[in-house]
Amino acid sequence: MTREMNYALSFSDEQAMIMKAAREFCRKQSPITAVREWVETENGFDGKLWDKMVELGWLGAAIPEEFGGVGLEIGSVVSIAENMGRYMFSTPFFSITLVAQAILRAGTEAQKKSWLPKIADGTIATIALLDNEDWGNDDITCSTTEENGKLVLKGAKWFVTDAGVSEFFIVSTKYQNTPALVIVTREQLAEDACTRQTLIDETKRAFKVDFSGVRVEKSELLDPAASEATLRDLKLIGALLVAAEATGSAAAALDTIVDYLKNRKQFDKLIGSYQALKHPTVEVLNQTENSRSFVYHAATILGEAPLDTDMEIACRMAKAQATETLLFAGDRAVQFHGGMGFTYECDAQLYIRRAQWSQQQFGDAYHHRKRLAPLLLD
Amino acid sequence: MAEGQKDLQEFRAEVSAWMKANKPVATGFLLPQTFMEVGSEEQLDFLRKWQRKVYDAGYIGITWPEEYGGRGLPAVYQQIADQEMARHRVPIMFNVIGLGWAGPLILKDGTDAEKQKYLKRILTGEDIWCQGFSEPDHGSDLGNAQTSAVREGDEYIINGSKIWTTFGNYSKYMILLARTNSETERKYDGLSFFLSPMDVPGITATPIKKISGEYGFTETFFDNARIPVSCLMGEEGQGWRVAMQTLQFERSAEGGQATQYNSTRVTMDDLLLSLRNTHRDGQPLLEDPIVRDNLVKFLMEEKALGLSAARSQIPALCSDYPFAIPLSHKIRVTEFARRMRQYGISLQGAKGGLYVGDADAVEGGFWQRSYFNSFSSTIGGGTSQIQANIIGERVLGLPKS
Repeated sequence: MTREMNYALSFSDEQAMIMKAAREFCRKQSPITAVREWVETENGFDGKLWDKMVELGWLGAAIPEEFGGVGLEIGSVVSIAENMGRYMFSTPFFSITLVAQAILRAGTEAQKKSWLPKIADGTIATIALLDNEDWGNDDITCSTTEENGKLVLKGAKWFVTDAGVSEFFIVSTKYQNTPALVIVTREQLAEDACTRQTLIDETKRAFKVDFSGVRVEKSELLDPAASEATLRDLKLIGALLVAAEATGSAAAALDTIVDYLKNRKQFDKLIGSYQALKHPTVEVLNQTENSRSFVYHAATILGEAPLDTDMEIACRMAKAQATETLLFAGDRAVQFHGGMGFTYECDAQLYIRRAQWSQQQFGDAYHHRKRLAPLLLD
Repeated sequence: MAEGQKDLQEFRAEVSAWMKANKPVATGFLLPQTFMEVGSEEQLDFLRKWQRKVYDAGYIGITWPEEYGGRGLPAVYQQIADQEMARHRVPIMFNVIGLGWAGPLILKDGTDAEKQKYLKRILTGEDIWCQGFSEPDHGSDLGNAQTSAVREGDEYIINGSKIWTTFGNYSKYMILLARTNSETERKYDGLSFFLSPMDVPGITATPIKKISGEYGFTETFFDNARIPVSCLMGEEGQGWRVAMQTLQFERSAEGGQATQYNSTRVTMDDLLLSLRNTHRDGQPLLEDPIVRDNLVKFLMEEKALGLSAARSQIPALCSDYPFAIPLSHKIRVTEFARRMRQYGISLQGAKGGLYVGDADAVEGGFWQRSYFNSFSSTIGGGTSQIQANIIGERVLGLPKS
């Protein structure tokens, strides 16, 4: 027999309020014209809006009140992520959320007291997890050794989101033959350590960051006993946040398709009346609905504790479903706009680009299904 | 724990215990998986007695008013009873057109006399109901139905034929869509809706053999069949509206059913259990990476169906398109069932080529028969292609095809 499936899904009035506020904020502050302007900027977002997000308490949403946050659970952050995806509103929100989770889950009391209030207050930080193109390799090549009582890092990290504006980093590294997480601050980096990568999703920012030669105190290590489990959990939470964002972006792609199908005429008929376009559009809707169900199921069961098997299943399913859905939605959005869809001017390009980016973040759909198989079949 | 929650838990335990104690043991013949597969007198006789037993125990018609044979309780009690029946895999509640479609319709729009006359006998299984909507030339294009009803004094004279009539040869009554006026500007305005008796001269029901080789439907012929004018439901010319209301119940887009337990579940658990000892390339099938990937996809789809049903109860999480989940229920559930069963056959190796009747067929040919019968749901009640139109037009607001 397979595992008894968990079908828990609930949503509090408080979460509904947060969702409504997030939707309103993103809709007002991130119209598609603004998104296209931010694409042209170095950092990819508007610092004034970041300050507003600090005021709204979003950056400390999942940080306990004793550390200057709002004290919600990670599940409440999901609806903010979904609405950012819907309005293609890219900020370092995802980066700082994962940093906060890392410190909450594996940080020492001193680290929590030192860093969490700063994040809630708007300090930008990011997490450096990937050594190459392979999300499925748990053997970390970036290494740390001890020299004269200090830790010395060696190796570069790829796809470090928002590294260009980050004041500190949490780096996954191999130390004494086990995975470890180390805090590195900006001033400890060499001047030319960050190289911006040219991303397929132009609303995002990511960098290759070379940590070789960085020396930090041993007190910058997160709790070694909790690091391996936390690393695993961070990848799952990251996958969930990307899934939530992708669900919002798929809904936006669907809106773009529907709007065109309702207004564009060919052969004297609105093209939405053709079933060759209508039926795949319905499929985009159904897939998007499935994505949303997975995402909010995961949001329902995730808490502060280390992730259990049901939670792992929930995050992996959400990621596998949501980014496949967005791939389909983005692809059809381009095709159904005809010649217009082939142009940079048409918004469909934003979604098809986002889709290629999101599918790879924290592992693609096959990566997650492969890891679901033993949990569900054996 | 809230008092209400405690009641529900106790009720669930009670139903569960009853089902466990009363679940029929081996019948000696194959029972239908769905209500569309009742093909013999012995199956019918068995299912009728079983439904009566469940009704007497108080587990169907729970939401219907007490004066019409129900218990007048909230819908959640029926959901629990249905869930427990499914969980214990007891035989189905067969009288589906009465319990699930005609019954809720009469309860919602019928006169008091109609409610008194029909409802309780649907629950007890004394009166079997069938549906006369589709015609040989008008399946998906239901609004174009041509079977005629011509008024003469206190009677309507019915001529024409209906098809895919589940229980056509066993029924006491039919919900009948017929044309009382062929001159109307809009074809829909000429239709009327009848609660018609089946035991009048001029009605014959001929069983149809399905792709599975079994029976379960009839073609139903009307040759100057006379029915009383009191059989008309609503006014002449309102038939389309009443038929559409009926389809809301049939597609589970609206509640009020006396039970929705009308098919035994075939789940991914069943499929995996069935494949445990199958081999491919000399290795256990379930170790093949591509098979594993496909099975995970199916398991995800099954889980998404359950999660979406749960999410549809939370308005804040359905604000984009509030009707997306209920209106897409039919296409998602039935298309999943069809594809999953076919995949089950694909994984049987050479045994996939065996059929019901062969001693070596996997589970007696269960998956083969089940796949063939799954088309009754992707076609009946409005084909999947019609469902996609409905979702596109009513949920997304796309122009009509």
